[in-house]
Amino acid sequence: MSGPLTIFDRPRDYIGQPVPRADTKRLLQGRGTFIDDIQLPRMLHAAFVRSSVAHGVITGIDVAEARALPGVVAVYTGADIAPHVEPYVGVLSHLAGLRSAPQMPLAVGVTRWIGEPLAMIVAQSRAVAEDAAALVTVEIDPLEAVTDMETALDPATPVIHAEMDSNLAWERTVDVGDVDAAFARDDVTVVERRFRFGRHTGVTLETRGAVAAYDPSEDELTFWYSGQAPHMMQFIFAKHLGLPEENVRVVSQDVGGSFGIKIHTYGDEVATALAAKLLGRPVKFVADRMESFLSDIHARDHVVDGRIAVDAEGRVAALAFDDITGIGPFSMYPRTSAIEANQVLNLTGAPYVIGNYRAHAKVVFQNKNMMCQYRAVGHPIAMAVADCLLEDAAHEIGMDVVEIRRRNLIPDDAYPTQSASGMKLDDLSHHKSLETLVETMDYDARRAEHAKLREDGIYRGLGLISMVEVTNPSPMFYGIGGAPIASQDGATIRLDAGGGVHVSSSVTEQGQGTNAILAQIAADVFGVPIARVKVTTGDTRTTPYGGGTWASRGAGIGGEACLQAAQALKEQVLEVAAVILQSAPGKLDIRAGAVVDAEGGAERMTLSDLARTVYYRGNELPADLKPELVATRHYRVTDFPFVFTNCAMAAEVEVDPETGFVQVLNFWAVEDCGRVINPVLVDEQVRGGVVQGIGGALYEECIYDAEGQLQNATMADYLVPMAFEMPDIVVKHVETPTKTSVLGAKGAGEAGTGGAPGAVMNAVNDALRPLGAEIHQMPMTPERILRALGKV
Amino acid sequence: MAQTRMIRLTVNGETGSYTVPVRQNLVDFIRNDLGLTGSHVGCEHGVCGACSIEVNGDLVRGCLMFAVQADGAEITTIEGLAESGRGAALRAAFTARNALQCGYCTPGMLATALDYVEGGGAADRDAIRAHLSGNYCRCTGYQSIVDAVCDVIEGRVEA
Repeated sequence: MSGPLTIFDRPRDYIGQPVPRADTKRLLQGRGTFIDDIQLPRMLHAAFVRSSVAHGVITGIDVAEARALPGVVAVYTGADIAPHVEPYVGVLSHLAGLRSAPQMPLAVGVTRWIGEPLAMIVAQSRAVAEDAAALVTVEIDPLEAVTDMETALDPATPVIHAEMDSNLAWERTVDVGDVDAAFARDDVTVVERRFRFGRHTGVTLETRGAVAAYDPSEDELTFWYSGQAPHMMQFIFAKHLGLPEENVRVVSQDVGGSFGIKIHTYGDEVATALAAKLLGRPVKFVADRMESFLSDIHARDHVVDGRIAVDAEGRVAALAFDDITGIGPFSMYPRTSAIEANQVLNLTGAPYVIGNYRAHAKVVFQNKNMMCQYRAVGHPIAMAVADCLLEDAAHEIGMDVVEIRRRNLIPDDAYPTQSASGMKLDDLSHHKSLETLVETMDYDARRAEHAKLREDGIYRGLGLISMVEVTNPSPMFYGIGGAPIASQDGATIRLDAGGGVHVSSSVTEQGQGTNAILAQIAADVFGVPIARVKVTTGDTRTTPYGGGTWASRGAGIGGEACLQAAQALKEQVLEVAAVILQSAPGKLDIRAGAVVDAEGGAERMTLSDLARTVYYRGNELPADLKPELVATRHYRVTDFPFVFTNCAMAAEVEVDPETGFVQVLNFWAVEDCGRVINPVLVDEQVRGGVVQGIGGALYEECIYDAEGQLQNATMADYLVPMAFEMPDIVVKHVETPTKTSVLGAKGAGEAGTGGAPGAVMNAVNDALRPLGAEIHQMPMTPERILRALGKV
Repeated sequence: MAQTRMIRLTVNGETGSYTVPVRQNLVDFIRNDLGLTGSHVGCEHGVCGACSIEVNGDLVRGCLMFAVQADGAEITTIEGLAESGRGAALRAAFTARNALQCGYCTPGMLATALDYVEGGGAADRDAIRAHLSGNYCRCTGYQSIVDAVCDVIEGRVEA
């Protein structure tokens, strides 16, 4: 690549190295600061009375007994807080036709899902608040609950929002080429499948929580929360609680897992902020585990009827599907609940050359908890639909599943190009990743071994997936539609008197290592030992303005801003150094915390000497030299709506036909996330993501009954992957840096979760095929496997 | 029955007498009354393992024990481990392997891993996974935790 020299034209100490995260030491000594660790003077505690009816008219809420309980400071119903909150509606203008109804923090008039907050107790302790909550009597006249998304649009089904003509929230069709003609060709084999994807939720180990403090003397609200997008929340509190935006400070310290769960507007959190404002005292709310299951956003829950046509050479002639998804009674604010379906439309089949593509999705309201963006939004559905259809088609025509991919994956030298749905694609490596995968997993040998084991009644299977992941989003994701969500991020880097460097960034840390990679980048680019770099993230008062962490953007966007800021500070420091040393900036460099001769590397002065001269002894500098020793740069992706990554993965499973149990024996992932800044952190993003994806494929499901009651709202009943069931996961990298930035990093946070489910489903079907069975429903529970086998 | 009761116990080597509500569980007492917020609450019904602490030498779920049941007990939390230096090799290995991301499961995971290592457990990945199978981690995928435990058992870590 031509252009000015960058950090990648010189030796580096940190970028690309497995540098340990500084944050781990603190957390290993019990010195973290999670929400429930915060104690403020005069702090009160909130608990919520939640609806036990999925749909009904609230005819009365009796709070007298609760209010009288000693230790209770305030009780609020929906009607009490309605005058203080501007309602919010989860729609975006670029999702044409999307509709939802106004939402309030606590239900007013009608309740629409089990778990919806109806009343809030504020008391001296959480225990007393819970005691009081148990004393509240709620009277609800039940209405018929709409729980089955597949019948939600039937004329006989009640409409959840009286002002609407149906339960349809949004609908979109993508139609490219001549799909009908392609399916009608007499030289193609058509495979049709109905896929069912269960409802999942994030199960962050730290539940959602917040501490809100309001200072009436300054009209200022400070909101500490376990979340991912402080600036977005700043806007939301300002707008909906009627505060000047600059008077709202949102802080995220240690966040105990988020995965997209903690990036939405939750009524209980808004009510907590409002209670602090009304009472002038700090209020803490920490959800208990049942509240989490009932109110943290859910995701997936799609039924997809898919079809693929392939010719005798294995070329995909057409791909088409209809998707329906139920999102709960409202579209979540402000990101909306149509994005997952939109991603399914945009991403299905995106790794492949497909000329004829039709995708249709309906998003419907129902009386269940709301669904919205959760790790790998839409990807598990999109990738499983395309690659399961592809593998099933390969078997139909007697072709190996690797070979059919070789024939259909977009060639590595075809970029830039676009997907069937019109997604702009660049810098991808599907073929190289697939070949690396095949070699790494010893594909042929395993196939041979499986054939032999089948003779002994052991049923193993291999399943692959070739996928793309949306990362580094531009304003085209949300900002274009009117959402208060920044796609750009900023970094401020300053040199302090002692020679240390402070980075302040608007991307946030939830354990993925944001702070660590920012320090790596700053240390390398500016030229100091990493121990001299301190990083601040997660505070709207002290960091530059930005979007926070979502859609795998922290490293790619936040990292590039940090790189640019470090470069700018370096240029500034060298200018000062050149004056002090009577040299020229081009003849100097900064290495290991000192200004050195660019040629030869001889030390000329330490950064501390330089900074102390500037800060303490400005009299030694020429009057026209006014160094600031601080630089801020912001960065956004401009050339592409998203920067896609690709990944090739494979699962090896063993299915026990007697019990229906599936064991994942091995898993391999070859990921191309562009420049790898820290291989340990990236590998773990992939592994953690894969495990989350295996959870969705085999275990996890929010099970509702017909009345809209969540049946398994405990961690004993909602099954998550634990250490014993999980395999070791082999991770390899192909590095194709994105040309959209100097850093060249793409995201890595979601590929595992997005791709693993399809790979596991393919592997299970590979194992089941000799038994004449197949399954296209997740999670693939033992019972469902046995049903597929006709044994129950 | 009285709503509160006096207990006397030793936590991280420090002995004290406290009046506790009889319904308060041990981890809430440790966090809210003693200010030892390193122990975390994840599920409050004994499934996730985040609140695992050492009580009289046994690994215990702090959410499944009442504070009053700890009368006379000796308790060690993650803070106590750090202060005494016990488990230093595991902490170093957890850092080297990045065996934690968000850190919320870490107090319980570390205590459980220490229980395995100090109990003479072998560097057997399946056995380690079985021992850790009552501790939920959503971030890491567990592999790095198993790696860290193996590193300590096989002496690859300098604390």
